[in-house]
Amino acid sequence: MIRNRMSLEFLNCSENVGLARVAVAAFASGVDFNLSDLEEIKVAVSEAVSNAIIHGYEGESTGTVRLSASLSNEALEIVVEDTGKGILDLEQAMLPGTGSDPERLGLGFVFMKSFMDDVDVWTEVGKGTRVKLLKSLPTQESGVRSQESE
Amino acid sequence: MGYEIRKEGDILIVKVSGEFDLHAADFARRDIDIQIRTQGVKHILFDLGGLTFIDSSGLGVILGRYRKISENGGRGAISGAHPNIQKVMEISGLPRLMPFFVDCASALRELG
Repeated sequence: MIRNRMSLEFLNCSENVGLARVAVAAFASGVDFNLSDLEEIKVAVSEAVSNAIIHGYEGESTGTVRLSASLSNEALEIVVEDTGKGILDLEQAMLPGTGSDPERLGLGFVFMKSFMDDVDVWTEVGKGTRVKLLKSLPTQESGVRSQESE
Repeated sequence: MGYEIRKEGDILIVKVSGEFDLHAADFARRDIDIQIRTQGVKHILFDLGGLTFIDSSGLGVILGRYRKISENGGRGAISGAHPNIQKVMEISGLPRLMPFFVDCASALRELG
C-alpha cells in the first residue's frame, strides 16, 4: 500500500541536481532511515539525475527530467525519467569507467547499485530512459518495544 | 559549493566546502586548471573538511586534476574528508591514488 508519493519536473540544468537531492531527502525524512542511508539515497538520486542531464539530454537545453518517489510499508521507490536520446548499450553503460570523456568517471550506475537495494533501468534509443531505485525500509522493532513497556 | 585555492610552496591547496556535484564541477574544474597552469605547482591537496556531499561529478574533477598533476610527476592527497565522503571516495578507488589524511597539516607534511 502506498503511504505517500511525490512528483517533480524540472529543466535539465545542473542547478536542479541539488533540488532533486533535497526533495527526495525531505520526502524520505519521515522514515527511520539513518543518516548514512539518507546520504546514500542522495548520492544515488544525484547520479541518476546527473545522468539524465549529461547523457539523456546531451547538448540540449530544454529537456525535462521527471523525478517521482513513493513510500510503501516496505520500501522507498524513486524514479528518474527523461525523454532524451536513450542508452544505446545499457549493459556497457552499467559497467564502471565507460565513456569517452576522461573527466567523467562512468560510475553513476555503480554508485546507484552500491547504495540502493535494487536498480531497474528501462531505455529506448530516441525515446528516453527511466531509472527506478529501490531502498528497503529499515526493519521495525516496535513489537519488542511494546512488550517491554507492559 | 564554495572553494578557496591557495599555494603553499609547490603545493596547490583546494579547500572545498558544501556540495560538490555536477553544477559545481564545471566552475571548479576551470578555476583549478587555471591555477595549476599559472601557479607553477607540483602537487595538489584537496582539503575537504567542509565538504558535505560529493558524487561522481565532483570525484571526476578531483581525479582529473590529480591526473594533470601526476603527468608532471606530482602527487595528490585528500584531507579532512568526513566518513560519508570517504565512503563514496573508496567506492571510486580514489584512495589508491590520493591518500587520505586527517587534516591539512598532516597532508602538507607528506607532500612537502
